[in-house]
Amino acid sequence: MSADRIWQRFTPAERMARFVVFLVAAILLAWSFRTVEIIPEFLMDAPEQVADLFARMWPVDYAYYERGVHAVLIETLHIATLGTIMTLGIAIPVGIMAASNVCRVPALNWLATFILVSSRSVNTLVWALLFVAVFGPGTLAGTVTIAVRSIGFVGKLFGEALEESAPGPIEALRAAGAPWISVFLKGYWPQVSPAFWGIALFRWDINVRESSVIGLVGAGGIGMALDEALNLFHWDRVALILVCIFAVVVIAEVFVTHIRKRII
Amino acid sequence: MSAATVARPAPFAVSWWARLGYLLAVLYCLYALSILDISWERLLAGLDNGSRFLGAMFPPEFKRWKLLIDNLLESLQIALISSLFGVLISLPVGLCASRNLMPDWLTWPARAFIAVCRSFHPVIFAILFVKAVGFGPLAGILTLIFASIGFVAKLFAEAIEEISLKPVEAARAAGAPFLSVLTFAVLPQVLNRFIGFSTYQVDSNLRNSTMIGIVGAGGIGGTLAAAFQRFDYSFVCAILLAIIALIMVSEYVAVRVKGVFQ
Repeated sequence: MSADRIWQRFTPAERMARFVVFLVAAILLAWSFRTVEIIPEFLMDAPEQVADLFARMWPVDYAYYERGVHAVLIETLHIATLGTIMTLGIAIPVGIMAASNVCRVPALNWLATFILVSSRSVNTLVWALLFVAVFGPGTLAGTVTIAVRSIGFVGKLFGEALEESAPGPIEALRAAGAPWISVFLKGYWPQVSPAFWGIALFRWDINVRESSVIGLVGAGGIGMALDEALNLFHWDRVALILVCIFAVVVIAEVFVTHIRKRII
Repeated sequence: MSAATVARPAPFAVSWWARLGYLLAVLYCLYALSILDISWERLLAGLDNGSRFLGAMFPPEFKRWKLLIDNLLESLQIALISSLFGVLISLPVGLCASRNLMPDWLTWPARAFIAVCRSFHPVIFAILFVKAVGFGPLAGILTLIFASIGFVAKLFAEAIEEISLKPVEAARAAGAPFLSVLTFAVLPQVLNRFIGFSTYQVDSNLRNSTMIGIVGAGGIGGTLAAAFQRFDYSFVCAILLAIIALIMVSEYVAVRVKGVFQ
């Protein structure tokens, strides 16, 4: 009787669900391939064009660094850093509002979730367009862009870290009659601060990347130099700017990994 | 020994290093703010602009909904196709980059390739591909393939490095060829995480595909940029609402799909 039982890893419903997911994915892909307008000549031509592009980028115009790149590169780093610091100032209260164990008002939780979602859904470049329209082109628009865009990320992760903190010390502080601010500073903060600094560093690393492109829509930083070089077809300068961005991003990543190891 | 003589460390010790760090951060902020040329008039003008801007944005105008839907669908198609190829290419690249299965001479080039894909923002790739293959969805697809490799291949390599090597050794001891070792000892251990990365990447590609159109690589970003340049802010508002709605739907779908595979 039990000998001819067939062992299966998944129930029929589970297998059905998996099959449906794969089927839907296949149908969507087939539909995409049929409808998307790709011009075949462009695709055939691509390797030749890319080779041509690289040929025009070489040799890299290193002499341009002093004149046109150094200042905007530093500006990019300032935008990323100042934007991240501004974000921390806004994301701490929003994260606290979003954590349902710290803030027990459902309306405030919802408000915080709304702020976090809208900050993340709109892309950096779109935020940059909006703030360039508001503040005019320049570093200020870039910094505000980076700050607003990062709130969603930092606030969400900080709120989640708060929700995971152990209730023991908090109850002890409450039982001893500590005021709200002490409960937060001595109960929650020591538990979440390593996570918080980790999130902040990680976001700074991302922001270095993001701030290198917001200049394309006029929000300051090295992107403006890139845009100018592209419009003037100075491909050797474009290559130089790409090399600089690559170097800064790699250095930032190494720096962040090093510090993260020390604080966590 | 009485309890009073036991020296206890202070529960909340003052860390002078941390205070020094905060002081440096404040000094840095003051210095950086001085560079930014923020003036009171500029801030007021900005607020004034902002309020006019918001006034022009509302109510959103959905009259050209056909154009909107067409472009959204193009963004979706770009995201799907690029995710497929990105994930397919990430499999071998991630495998080559995993240090526990592959020799050094193979992991280094693979890791360097992944690092290049990761360090450039998708927009920079988009610009280069638009110059290389012309305007349109093809440039967007190529861009997002590279962006996907940077993310999926890196995480896939890390997932492979974390596997237990016992099944691999067992398969090798039984004389299995390399491909069988992969399919029966390595893949089953990482498949679930790989599906997780892939669904996340589809989601992320969808977000990015709504934006790369700003530099001409297809999708709804192009319409958005055009509406901005024509100061057609009520249409801008409609596009933004549509993008947010699309992303919320995709997040919901991603959660459901992950639920199916758990």
